[in-house]
Amino acid sequence: MATRQTRALARTMMAPAVVLLLLWMIVPLGMTIYFSFQNYNLLNPAMQSFAGWFNYEFFVTDPAFVQSMVNTLLLVGGVLAITVIGGTLIALLLDQPMFGQGIVRILVISPFFVMPPVAALIWKNMLMHPGYGIFAHIARFFGISPIDWFAQVPLFAVILIVAWQWLPFATLILLTAMQSLSEEQLEASEMDGANAFNRFFYIILPHLARAITVVVLIQTIFLLAIFAEILVTTNGGPGYNSTNLTFLVYRTALLNYDIGGGSAGGVIAVILANIVAIFLMRAVGKNLDT
Amino acid sequence: MGSITLDHVNKAFGDVQVIPDISLDIKDGEFVVFVGPSGCGKSTLLRLIAGLEDTTGGTIKLDGADMTNAPPAKRGLAMVFQSYALYPHMSVRDNIAFPLKMANTPKDVIAQKVDYAARTLNLNDYLDRRPRALSGGQRQRVAIGRAIVREPKAFLFDEPLSNLDAALRVNMRLEITELHQQLKTTMIYVTHDQVEAMTMADRIVVLNAGKVEQFGTPLELYRKPANRFVAGFIGSPKMNFIDGQDAARYDAHSIGVRPEHFQLSRESGTFTGKVAVAEQLGADTFLHVNVERLGLITVRTGGDETFENGETVHLTPDPQRIYRFSADGTALSHGQA
Ligand SMILES: Nc1ncnc2c1ncn2[C@@H]1O[C@H](COP(=O)(O)OP(=O)(O)OP(=O)(O)O)[C@@H](O)[C@H]1O
Ligand SMILES: [Mg+2]
Repeated sequence: MATRQTRALARTMMAPAVVLLLLWMIVPLGMTIYFSFQNYNLLNPAMQSFAGWFNYEFFVTDPAFVQSMVNTLLLVGGVLAITVIGGTLIALLLDQPMFGQGIVRILVISPFFVMPPVAALIWKNMLMHPGYGIFAHIARFFGISPIDWFAQVPLFAVILIVAWQWLPFATLILLTAMQSLSEEQLEASEMDGANAFNRFFYIILPHLARAITVVVLIQTIFLLAIFAEILVTTNGGPGYNSTNLTFLVYRTALLNYDIGGGSAGGVIAVILANIVAIFLMRAVGKNLDT
Repeated sequence: MGSITLDHVNKAFGDVQVIPDISLDIKDGEFVVFVGPSGCGKSTLLRLIAGLEDTTGGTIKLDGADMTNAPPAKRGLAMVFQSYALYPHMSVRDNIAFPLKMANTPKDVIAQKVDYAARTLNLNDYLDRRPRALSGGQRQRVAIGRAIVREPKAFLFDEPLSNLDAALRVNMRLEITELHQQLKTTMIYVTHDQVEAMTMADRIVVLNAGKVEQFGTPLELYRKPANRFVAGFIGSPKMNFIDGQDAARYDAHSIGVRPEHFQLSRESGTFTGKVAVAEQLGADTFLHVNVERLGLITVRTGGDETFENGETVHLTPDPQRIYRFSADGTALSHGQA
C-alpha cells in the first residue's frame, strides 16, 4: 500500500470488517463486565443488584484462585515446551526423505482432527486408565504398579493430552518452515565444517525462530482457554489440582449458578491473557519484525 | 598444497548418466575453469569434488590422498555458491568467522583472520550488517571472504558472478584473478561464459554432456580446438562453420573460420555475399553477411570502415587459419588448408 490513495481505499474497504469484529468483541465483553459488578445468582435471579467490587474480592480470595492461576501457567508452559521441542524434532524427522512419506505425514497430523473431548476420553479410557489402560498394561508387564494418572499427576496428565493434540500443529508449521530453508545454506555450512549438531543450532534453529514464535503465540491463545480436556478427565480435581482459570470460572458460574462471580472471573481471565500476551510479544515478538 | 586428481569419475542420478567418465589432473595453484553449455554437468562435477554429491564410480584424490568418500568438511575445500548461500541471521563478521568457529579456532585468531579477509575484500564498513543489507557484489565478497579465512586447499566457485550486472562482473573477475595471484591457491571456477573462462583461466576444461571435450590453456583452445564443439564454443563471436562442397575443397567434412580470420574486400574474394546486419561496436564492426549456399557468415572488421546494409562484399578466409573437421567433428590437422 504505497500511495496515500491506496491506503485510504484500503481503510474504507476494511472498515466494515473491523466494525463487525469490534462489535463482536465489545458486546460480550461489555456484558461480562456489567454482570461482574452485579449480584446475580441463578438460584435467586430476582435478587439482582449492584455489587461493587464484591465479586472480584470473592473470586480472588477464593482459595482455588491462586492455584488455578499457577495451573493455567503450568498448563500453557508445559504444553508449549512439549509441542515446540517435540514438534521441531518430529519435523526434522519428517523432513528426511523416507519411504511412505505422505502417509506418515498424514498420520502425524491426524490428532489435530480429533475433537478435544473425544481425544481426552480416548486418553482417559484407552491409555491412562489405571485398570485396563495401555499404560497400565505396560507398567504391569515391567512389574511396576500402574500410575493412576488422573489421581496422582492430574495436571501432568492433562498437559500430556493437550500436548498430544497440539503437537501436529507445531510440527506442521515447523516442517513448512524447515522446508523453506535453502539447501545451499546447509551445504555451505557443511563445507564450512559444521557437523549435524552445529548445523541444527546455527542454521536450522535460527531459521525456525519466526515459525516457533508463531506457534508459541497462536498456541498460547488457545491453551489459556483449555476446558474440555479437564471437564471429561479430572473435572478439575482432585481438589483443585487440575483446575485452571477457565475451569474455575465455569465452576463458579455454572456449578454454583453465580453469574456475577463467574463474570468477575472471566474479566480476570481476560486481564491475565492480556498480560501473558504483552509479555510474550515483548519476549518473542521481535522475531516477527522484518 | 592443493592438487586435485579425478580418475574415471562417473555420476548417475538414477538411470540418468550425467557424467559418464571423467579423468582430470589439476595441479597445485592452478586456476582451472570448467566451461560448457547449460546442463552439461559443470555444477555436478564441482559438487562431486566438494563432496556434496557421492560419486557413482571412480576416485577423487586431493594431494594424492583418496577423498572419494570423505565428507565435505574433511576435504579442506571451500566453495562459493551462485546464490552466495550466506547465513541471513548472522552479521557479515559472523558469516566470515563461521568456518573458523566450527574449527574451534581461538577468538583472537578469528578476529585477526576476519579482519585480514575484510581488508583484502574491502568489507570493513559492512562487518556489522546482515547480508540482507548488502548489494550483490558485496554479498559476493562476503561469500569469498568466508571461503578464504579457512585457508583451504582449493577454492570451488560455481558461477559466482552470474547474478551481477555486466560492469560489476568485470570488476569481480579482476578481483578474483588478483586474489588468485595473491593466494596462489588452486581454484576451480565454473562458468558458462566463455569470456570469463578465457580471461581468468590458466587452463580450461570444456565440458559437453558430461564429457571433457578438451583440457588446455585458453590459447590452445583458441588456436587448436580438438573438435568442432570446442571450436564453436571458444571465441566470440562464434566461429563460422561451412559444410558440403565448399568444405570438400579443403578435403574436410566441414571447415570453420573465425570471424576475425576473414579478409574483407569490396572487389574480389573466395565468397561473395550481401551485408545483412552491421553491428558497430566502435572498436570493431561485426558484419553478418548473407553468402549464397552458406547462409549467414559473421565477419569481424575494424570499426573505421562503414558498410551499408545490402552492400555486396567479398570474403577470403585466411588459409593459415582454416579449421578442418571430419564427419564426427574431430579436428583434422590444424591450420593448414
Ligand atoms: N539431483 C539431480 N537429480 C537428477 N538429475 C540431476 C540432478 N542434478 C542435476 N541433474 C541433471 O544433471 C545435468 C547436469 O546438471 P548440472 O547442474 O551439473 O548442470 P550445469 O552444467 O551446472 O548447468 P548450468 O550451467 O545451467 O548450471 C542436468 O541435465 C540436470 O538435469
Ligand atoms: Mg550449474
